Amino acid sequence: MSRVHRTALAAVAVALLATACTGTSSTPQASDDATKETTITFWHGWSAPSEAAAIDANVKAFEAAHPNIKVKVVGNINDDKIKQALRAGGPNAPDVVSSFTTDNVGTFCRSKVFADLEPFLDKSTIDLDKTFPKPLQDYTQFEGTRCTLPLLNDAYGLYYNKDAFKTAGITAPPRTLSEFDAVAKKLTKPKGDSYSQLGFMPNFHGYESTTTHFAAQWNPTYFTPEGKSNLAGDPAFGQMLTWQKNLVAELGGFAKLERYRATFGDEFGAKNPFHTGQVAMAIDGEWRLGMAKDAGTTFEIGVAPFPVPDDQADSYGKGYLSGTVIGIAGTSEKQNAAWELVKYMTTDTDAVVSFANAIHNVPSTLEALKSPKLQADENFKVFLRIAQHPKSSTTPASPNGGAYQLTLQDFGFAFESGKQTDLAGGLAKTDQQIDKDLAQAK
Amino acid sequence: MTTASSVVKSGPGLRGKQRRDRLRILAFLSPWLIGVSVFFLYPLISTVYFSFMKYDGFTPPTWTGLKNWSYVFTDYPFFWPALRNTLWLVIVMVTLRVLFGLGIGLLITKVKTGAGFFRTAFYLPYLAPPVAATMAFAFLLNPGTGPVNNILGSIGLPQPGWFNDPAWSKPALTLLALWGIGDLMVIFMASLLDVPQDQYEAASLDGAGAWQKFRYVTLPNISPIVLFAVVTGIIQTMQYYTQPLVAGKVASGVIGGSGQQFQPGYPENSTLTLPQLVYNLGFQRFDTGGASVVALVLFALAMLFTALLMRRRSGFLGTDD
Repeated sequence: MSRVHRTALAAVAVALLATACTGTSSTPQASDDATKETTITFWHGWSAPSEAAAIDANVKAFEAAHPNIKVKVVGNINDDKIKQALRAGGPNAPDVVSSFTTDNVGTFCRSKVFADLEPFLDKSTIDLDKTFPKPLQDYTQFEGTRCTLPLLNDAYGLYYNKDAFKTAGITAPPRTLSEFDAVAKKLTKPKGDSYSQLGFMPNFHGYESTTTHFAAQWNPTYFTPEGKSNLAGDPAFGQMLTWQKNLVAELGGFAKLERYRATFGDEFGAKNPFHTGQVAMAIDGEWRLGMAKDAGTTFEIGVAPFPVPDDQADSYGKGYLSGTVIGIAGTSEKQNAAWELVKYMTTDTDAVVSFANAIHNVPSTLEALKSPKLQADENFKVFLRIAQHPKSSTTPASPNGGAYQLTLQDFGFAFESGKQTDLAGGLAKTDQQIDKDLAQAK
Repeated sequence: MTTASSVVKSGPGLRGKQRRDRLRILAFLSPWLIGVSVFFLYPLISTVYFSFMKYDGFTPPTWTGLKNWSYVFTDYPFFWPALRNTLWLVIVMVTLRVLFGLGIGLLITKVKTGAGFFRTAFYLPYLAPPVAATMAFAFLLNPGTGPVNNILGSIGLPQPGWFNDPAWSKPALTLLALWGIGDLMVIFMASLLDVPQDQYEAASLDGAGAWQKFRYVTLPNISPIVLFAVVTGIIQTMQYYTQPLVAGKVASGVIGGSGQQFQPGYPENSTLTLPQLVYNLGFQRFDTGGASVVALVLFALAMLFTALLMRRRSGFLGTDD
């Protein structure tokens, strides 16, 4: 073997060894003294000046209560940056991290990249059931490992244009889906091959009109106890898709609605179709109240829980829940100090309330939801009630992010457009695909 | 004896000189060697390594054999649509870009007045950031409110769905690529201006027409540049990520929103490209192994296309070089 060959082989071996060293191999134990002077780093995703100011105010209040702990706040961080930093660790990596993507909790917990919070919760004698609503407990853990806690909450409800309701002679928001369909049709005003006003945009590309948001009204079970996809097994999904497709047909058909959807402005901009009056009703989160106000909408806005299936009328008031999560980096060597910040931000009622007030989100603790300091008008109170409704639900964490939700959504696109007509067969096939994806992730 | 002893003495000296020469060569080569090792060999070996491993980016990798390969080729529903789209773009978009770039270059070299204006006008779009340019195109081609469809409608022509229609989304991306033709235009202009004038004069004396001059004078002279444009165009298209992703996001309405998950490829996977799958698998699904398989397929395809073109370079260039 020539020297060149030997050198090349050595280089390959070194490279392979180097690549094999990749990965977070161990999680440090929380051994720091949280009573001593220390500085921790907190990464979050908020970027708007008002949101960043709200975070800073909260952190200042924390520092005042914990004078020995200084917090270095870094904002506008997305999950990609979080993953890179937590993978690398080191002195510049964060100690406390918040993420908007609840779907990633499965990976965060399973990989131990976020520290297990159970020992900290035990140490601080925090009873989760007495602190957080049940759905929020669900989306912050994965298969029994709790690596995050909820930091504020998003609840989804029905927005409606009160002026349009009045013009159409509708006196109250619909409570059941059959009432909803009738109202949506009544509010729809055709104009040539399009609409001058659409009652509701049911198409799955219609912003928050997603399969998971609709499905929450049926309280579906996404996975079997064995961890297999359960779309075909739970009639909720078929019923939801059937209802949606019927509504699409009643409002003019998929193609016509898609053409109209193409005229919509950006979901998070001033030209959102609900702001402009292009749609008279929309499913959306509590943040829409502030956005509609900022957009200067000229009509009166009403909010109600999203209607429920007729055979579940007694569960009216429920809705889909999601939110921001916060946890401690598994690589942090200041986990006890980091826990103090996490505990303060997630469980201190005043801290949660002031933060919720500042960024117009739903508070994430049971106490904060009832706090008299919470600034809530009648519309916002609807979301507070949805957040506390015992039948409100969320989508479970999975090991490959939100892949299963997107696979279901893909089937929804095919079904609503008529490209897929076999509902039962399609759901079974979607189950198979989700199971294959989960097997690849495990 | 004298001769023999001098030979014996000269052996170690010669070896020492050879060693010094090798070290000197290595020293001169070292910047390249380091660059290639760090930025090419190491990532390539890592990608091959990870393609056989289960690795979520956090926990240490574990051996899975061919599982990632099997998943990507048989169970991952987006691989084949993305491959088909990428090949479509390689064949159609690269060809049209080269033809359009050459055509614009030819026209601008012939322009007598206002050449500077036209050069600037055609080059400027290339400088537009891809995200901004794609968003602008999505606005212009919006099937509901965009000015392009309004104009088409007003003169009685069909109004395509552009980025909202799976049949029109790739042609719309091709239009966007042709709009940003400035890079190829400049390269072709430079090569066209470099063609010796005496060859045109000789061709004229032989009675050659415009097409014959282009076919037998211009094309042979610029064929290395055409080959360069095709090869770099293929490699760029293999890496096509930003424009289809942004176009899909804008057209589907899922443009932003904290924590929103987005499935690339809207509409109906028609804008899905292989680099998007690398991101989807590696960063959204935490499947570094699967992402590595797709990356290696991309690498193999780029190598294959380049090798095929280079293999035929003598015929293409019209020389044996």
